[in-house]
Amino acid sequence: MLTQVNDGLATVSDQLVLVTVLLYLAAMICFALELAFGRVRTAVVAERRLVTVGAPAAPENGVGEGAGDGGGAEPQQAAGWAITAGSAGVVISWLAWAGNLAGILTRGLAVDRWPWGNMYEFVVAICFAAVTAFLVLLTRQPIRFLGAFVTLTAALGLGFAVLFLHVQAGPVMPALHSYWIAIHVTAAIVASGLFVLAGVCAILYLIRKDGRASSLPTREVLERVVHRTIVISFPIWTFAVIAGAMWADRAWGRYWGWDPKEVWAFVTWVVYAAYLHARATAGWRGRAAIIISLVAFACLLFNLIGVNIFISGLHSYADVPS
Amino acid sequence: MSPTQDTGTPHGTTAKPQDGWQQDGQARDGQAQDSQAQDSQAQDSQAQDTAVSAASAAMGTAPREPERPVGLGLVGWTRWTWRTLTSMRTALILLFLLALGSVPGSLYPQRSVDPARVAQYFTDSPTEAKWLDRFWLFDVFTSPWYAAVYLLLFISLAGCVFPRALQHLKEIRRRPPAAPRNLLRLPHAADFDGDLSLEDAARTLRRRRFRVVTGPGWVAAEKGYLRETGNLLFHVSLLALLLAIGLGGLYGYRGNVLVVEGDGFANTVAAYDRFMPGQRVSAESLTPFSFTLKDFQASYVAAGPKAGQPLDYSARLSVQDTPTAPPRDVDLKVNDPLDVDGTLTYLIGHGYAPTFRVTDGKGQVAYDGPVPCLADDQATYTSECVIKVPDAEPTQLGFLARFLPTTVPNGNAWVSIFPGAANPTVQVFPFAGDLGLKSGRPQSVYQLDTDHLKPLGAMSAQPTPLKVGETKELADGAGKIQFTGVKEWISLQTTYDPGRLPALIAAAAAVIGLVLSLTVRRRRVWVRTGDGKVTVGGLTRTEGTGAAFAEEFGEIVTALGGNATEAGTPPAGPVGEDQEHDVPGARPAEE
Ligand code: HEM
Repeated sequence: MLTQVNDGLATVSDQLVLVTVLLYLAAMICFALELAFGRVRTAVVAERRLVTVGAPAAPENGVGEGAGDGGGAEPQQAAGWAITAGSAGVVISWLAWAGNLAGILTRGLAVDRWPWGNMYEFVVAICFAAVTAFLVLLTRQPIRFLGAFVTLTAALGLGFAVLFLHVQAGPVMPALHSYWIAIHVTAAIVASGLFVLAGVCAILYLIRKDGRASSLPTREVLERVVHRTIVISFPIWTFAVIAGAMWADRAWGRYWGWDPKEVWAFVTWVVYAAYLHARATAGWRGRAAIIISLVAFACLLFNLIGVNIFISGLHSYADVPS
Repeated sequence: MSPTQDTGTPHGTTAKPQDGWQQDGQARDGQAQDSQAQDSQAQDSQAQDTAVSAASAAMGTAPREPERPVGLGLVGWTRWTWRTLTSMRTALILLFLLALGSVPGSLYPQRSVDPARVAQYFTDSPTEAKWLDRFWLFDVFTSPWYAAVYLLLFISLAGCVFPRALQHLKEIRRRPPAAPRNLLRLPHAADFDGDLSLEDAARTLRRRRFRVVTGPGWVAAEKGYLRETGNLLFHVSLLALLLAIGLGGLYGYRGNVLVVEGDGFANTVAAYDRFMPGQRVSAESLTPFSFTLKDFQASYVAAGPKAGQPLDYSARLSVQDTPTAPPRDVDLKVNDPLDVDGTLTYLIGHGYAPTFRVTDGKGQVAYDGPVPCLADDQATYTSECVIKVPDAEPTQLGFLARFLPTTVPNGNAWVSIFPGAANPTVQVFPFAGDLGLKSGRPQSVYQLDTDHLKPLGAMSAQPTPLKVGETKELADGAGKIQFTGVKEWISLQTTYDPGRLPALIAAAAAVIGLVLSLTVRRRRVWVRTGDGKVTVGGLTRTEGTGAAFAEEFGEIVTALGGNATEAGTPPAGPVGEDQEHDVPGARPAEE
């Protein structure tokens, strides 16, 4: 399993990631311009409480395309150029996405293995997954308002990876020579990317004040995006954890051994499940549920970064530069 | 063709629940009402609103919350306790406790994972360790309090799931409820002019895999039963998973052993260095396989910034599946265990075992063989070894040794710069005296108890290393030690866990159930025809799917002969979904 690292390609990969950071920032600026100078919406919620039969329900702009922008959203002189800026943001985001993808591919080709064998590679891939999730959802739902925040998060994530986590391209520990890395880690990356999207949206929810003019959509729309995203990612995360257990069964002789990484994957899973329960059955809509989802997100991040850095365990991929 | 004015939708009547717990009392009312509605569903004389809310409530599960005990009787309290335990709120709290309880398991070293680090904790801070130990913080996942949380959670789960499963079985066989009188008051509704026979309407819906019943002037259809089935499957699978884990714990075992190149191993309890059986494992039940370790190879990155990083490990074994079976060659690798009838043997570690020949003061060979050493440093594999020679005469001999796989001089010292054995040497520190083996106290083979030992000759921190074949004469005529060669050892773990497959099946079922319960939508559609007019009404209970159902509803209306573009649905609820009207909190506003 001797691998010859292709240093030229590895350098190209590093440079592509840097270009990607800049492109994400450019996209972020475009999106931000649209947010700042585009439409302003006012959330109407309070009036909806305890209206009598026959009173008009306050119409609200839903995420659904057909629902339109009428009703609660009072469009105020949406500047044409602002909308153009938003569209430019989408185009630049796709460019950045391609750069991100190319960075990952070249890294993989340089080392001739799956390009998620250490923390640097893992974080780069999660940023990519989060942006992918955003761009794909954007083709079906009007969630462009998220653009500025998602691209900013991706730029910060990549910047963090480049500054603090970067390690030279190279081969990985024998424990990682397994097709399970393709299954388990890929699932974890996809789920984490979606969770990042939900996390960004949940934070916006907490920032958004109801009843005030804002360029953000209403809290209900935000909450719904959070819920949808988590509904998609939770089964993927569940699968990732199970695939991890199956890999552990191949590699370490037990499918579950309460290694710190396993503990935190479990904690994350339980808290996301609690979020779904809170919403589905306990009727904790709104703030309480959002906070649970953020607690779960914090667990996810701690597992990704904290556990690798602060706690020693069997998960040898960490490979954090000291 | 008029889409309903949304003034009439139940949403207009809804108080938005701000706090889930306040609905509890009403939730039970909702269920009661629900069953009444079901019983009397054949009569379509129900008041519309009730029909609508009952129809929707019947599709979902209203939160179950216990009533406070009425009298103080034992029965009342038992019922109350049971209800409380199986309530969603308790389950939520228990879920959080389970997550919270796992955290110390990742912060403190665990005996089951790394007993050496626990022992270290006791040496470093004995008082703190004693207190932590009192609360089982070194054995979190086998502690009574952790068990209490998950057992309560699973009782809660069982108490919640089994009644629901029974109810679901009934519901699966139940026919869709009769159409409410005014379909236009449903959250999704459309009407158009046309002559549509009931049979045609029913056929259209059946083709879309709805379950359909017809009544006088109406068709009722329902779909999406798999949601609840999936949800139940998921929760039952969790129970099954716990049972599978328990099964593995009772009937499985785990053993660790270290084997040096050239040596063999037979799967018996006595052969293990450490053996951890389940309560129901007997020594005779071990699969009787055996093997010899012919050779071990480790390869490392040779140069560059990653020099010394391991690339691959591989151990060549000659395995006999039973004492009489012919031997077969097996290449044991990380991620690729040896499988003998479901008993799996894993390669989990490796190290060096330099070989020594010790000749004592009387000229007798008192020791001749390999000594497994522990690596101090993974990057260079500088290893520490202990050689005990209790048979040496006239006094017992003991040696500390430092094994350097790739030795280079570094000032007055010698260091290893690479984990592979490119230039192996050992630095030997000899002692003579009493090894303390007779005291009966258990001793680690990796530690030399120097209490009753005297260094032989002048002790230097950096004695000149011996190359393979070289001999060191001991001071005081105590004999000599020869470094005869280098072997490697591997550490193996053998696992037998009959719960593996059941656990895998349960986990897979859980994922399938989860996907069904999160993606399938439960929905109902009614059609009324007559007087050249067709009205269609639809409802989905599953929250967050209003928009998607609106689309499907539009298609259904088109298929029935209406005009999809105009069969618009009123903006249902604040976020375009139908969740609101089945929230039990809505009921008082309707009365
Ligand atoms: C290990 C712990 C558990 C996990 C991971 C879990 C997970 C889930 C998930 C993912 C859902 C689907 C939520 C949705 O429909 O959006 C769900 C639903 C549900 N769970 Fe659990 N659950 C657990 C324990 C329990 C327990 C102990 C109970 C009973 C007290 C329970 C009762 C329910 C109920 C009643 C639903 C129905 C939700 C609905 O129909 O909308 N769960 N659970």
